[in-house]
Amino acid sequence: MLKKWSAAVLSGLLVVGALSACGGESDDAGSGKKDDGKITMGFAQVGAESGWRTANTKSIQEAAAAAGIELKFSDAQQKQENQIKAIRSYIAQKVDIIAFSPVVESGWDTVLKEAKDAKIPVILTDRAIDSKDTTLYKTFIGSDFVVEGKKAGEWLVKEYAGKTDTVNLVELQGTTGSAPANDRKSGFADVIKADPKFKVIASQTGDFTRAKGKEVMEAFLKANPKIDVLYAHNDDMGLGAIEAIEAAGKKPGVDIKIITVDAVKDGMTALAAGKINYIVECSPLLGPQLMDLAKKVLNGETIPQRVLTVESAFTPEQAKTELPNRKY
Amino acid sequence: MAAIIKHRLFWPAVILVVLLVTNVFFSGSFFKVEFRDGHLYGSVIDILRASAPLGLVALGMTLVIATGGIDLSVGAVVAIAGALACLRISGLDDQNSVTGVLLAVGLALLLSLALGVWNGFLVATVGIQPIIATLILMVAGRGLAQLITDGQIITINSSPYKMIGAGYWLGLPLCVIIAVGVAVVAGLIVRRSALGLLLESVGGNAEASRLAGIKSRWLILIVYVFAGLCAGIAGLMISSNVSSADGNNAGLLIELDAILAVVIGGTSLAGGRFSIAGTILGAVIIKTLDITIYTVGIPPEVTLLFKAVVVVVLCLAQAPKFREKFQRRRPSAPATQAPQQKVEVTA
Repeated sequence: MLKKWSAAVLSGLLVVGALSACGGESDDAGSGKKDDGKITMGFAQVGAESGWRTANTKSIQEAAAAAGIELKFSDAQQKQENQIKAIRSYIAQKVDIIAFSPVVESGWDTVLKEAKDAKIPVILTDRAIDSKDTTLYKTFIGSDFVVEGKKAGEWLVKEYAGKTDTVNLVELQGTTGSAPANDRKSGFADVIKADPKFKVIASQTGDFTRAKGKEVMEAFLKANPKIDVLYAHNDDMGLGAIEAIEAAGKKPGVDIKIITVDAVKDGMTALAAGKINYIVECSPLLGPQLMDLAKKVLNGETIPQRVLTVESAFTPEQAKTELPNRKY
Repeated sequence: MAAIIKHRLFWPAVILVVLLVTNVFFSGSFFKVEFRDGHLYGSVIDILRASAPLGLVALGMTLVIATGGIDLSVGAVVAIAGALACLRISGLDDQNSVTGVLLAVGLALLLSLALGVWNGFLVATVGIQPIIATLILMVAGRGLAQLITDGQIITINSSPYKMIGAGYWLGLPLCVIIAVGVAVVAGLIVRRSALGLLLESVGGNAEASRLAGIKSRWLILIVYVFAGLCAGIAGLMISSNVSSADGNNAGLLIELDAILAVVIGGTSLAGGRFSIAGTILGAVIIKTLDITIYTVGIPPEVTLLFKAVVVVVLCLAQAPKFREKFQRRRPSAPATQAPQQKVEVTA
């Protein structure tokens, strides 16, 4: 008897709940803004693992302030569980829009469905997710890491054009499982696989940090007597590797050619000094573009599923002229 | 022979030798140590250099664990010490001035001591559970380090500071000399005086020790201060090695590696008996494992699994109960190994 009663009450509640949910939708269809008219954005950052990331954070914070958007910011310290927690708390706080830069590519479906059910639009910044359901997010703004990897590979092919000797490559990968690590690796591999003289003899993760980059490079140098080129997925690992190469009595940039991605200030300084040979830029300054997109989404405008940030690549000569302008 | 097998560091030593020998199959010149640019150069030297900071952190951790405590904040102290030293040095007019660098190093170590006092105060005086008391600094300390570096990586260019982590003295890596020095001094103080016995007594039963007239509060405070100091020195080494301070990544998860080193070394997490030599061996094993992964070329996707398997094998090899079962199932095993179980107390 009691069971029947409670079932009836529950189903009644469910109907009411469903109705009110529908009502809520028709009320603010097209504009997720609250009564005060001010947009609140929840941003879940990866961490502060590199100078690049800090510049990215600054750009987003400054752009939010300039656009009059209230920013709730959280730092996940490179852990997916922290980021999921942050997104859940933004959903609970009923922010207008959520933006985040996923630590790893997979495992986001559940939490993003929660956001979708709460009718909070999501924008991905700088890193993509690996999900079949593209309705889970409105757009993805950021660099194309595959293109970055390709640019690095193209420079290498040009640099060694006309030579037939085997070129021994070592690779320092980013954090295992992260989009930049996966894509920079595959983009680079796609370009160099056309020529059998390029051989990747060792490839390990350096977690995007200098300390790990140095430690791994030290081991590479001992295990492989002949290394011609180092491809590091970011500047910081490259800078760590430079220390290891110097400690081994070799000249970085000459004995071992170095290609990195990012173009942060420290990296550009090393490039200008000739210790790095080529840097593919990955611009972190996407704050203004992000705020612009957020406003468009909340106004119900249609936006493309993929927005690219503007970026280039540098040789040592170009680095010398560009260096004074680098803020990060 | 039986005495060697019975020694509690026998199995860890076997694993270390196995790891080292594995490397030779993948890099023929693995054991080659040469003299290059006025210093020793080779994979074995790399392992020792990489083990120095971890060994120091684990050394401090050993004494803390001996008193029945634990210090989770060492990773944060590593980051803070490196950050403060690099910040001070980056502000110098001449980054190569020795006095300026010494001042920065002194200041960073002083702060590490103070952080150790804070942990010790919370545990010994306020009486908070060690895991909670040090968790506070573990979380807050990371933030503090980021506050010092302003979220940026501070890059410096100071040759005296670089000596600490990447320099050589008489051809030997200075960081290894420092770590061995600290370990020897700590070992002498602990084992040549009654201090070690008192620490084990506090770890065994703090209340009984107090009733027996041992000032357990002071002892507990001292071990946390020592752990803070060790972590501070390790922090200087880590940041000096790459001439930069990374508030977010320096010493990340080093507390877990340090605890693992202590356990591999045969010190019980329950407190009481401890072994400094075992801890140092444990730290060297962990770093050898890391470098083996790079040399062998294990794909990054399975690195963690590989590490886990080695650690599990190591722990099982050390567990007397497991070995006992293993031996019973093999009746052909020599009977002389049977009394082994009585000797093994730890693990």
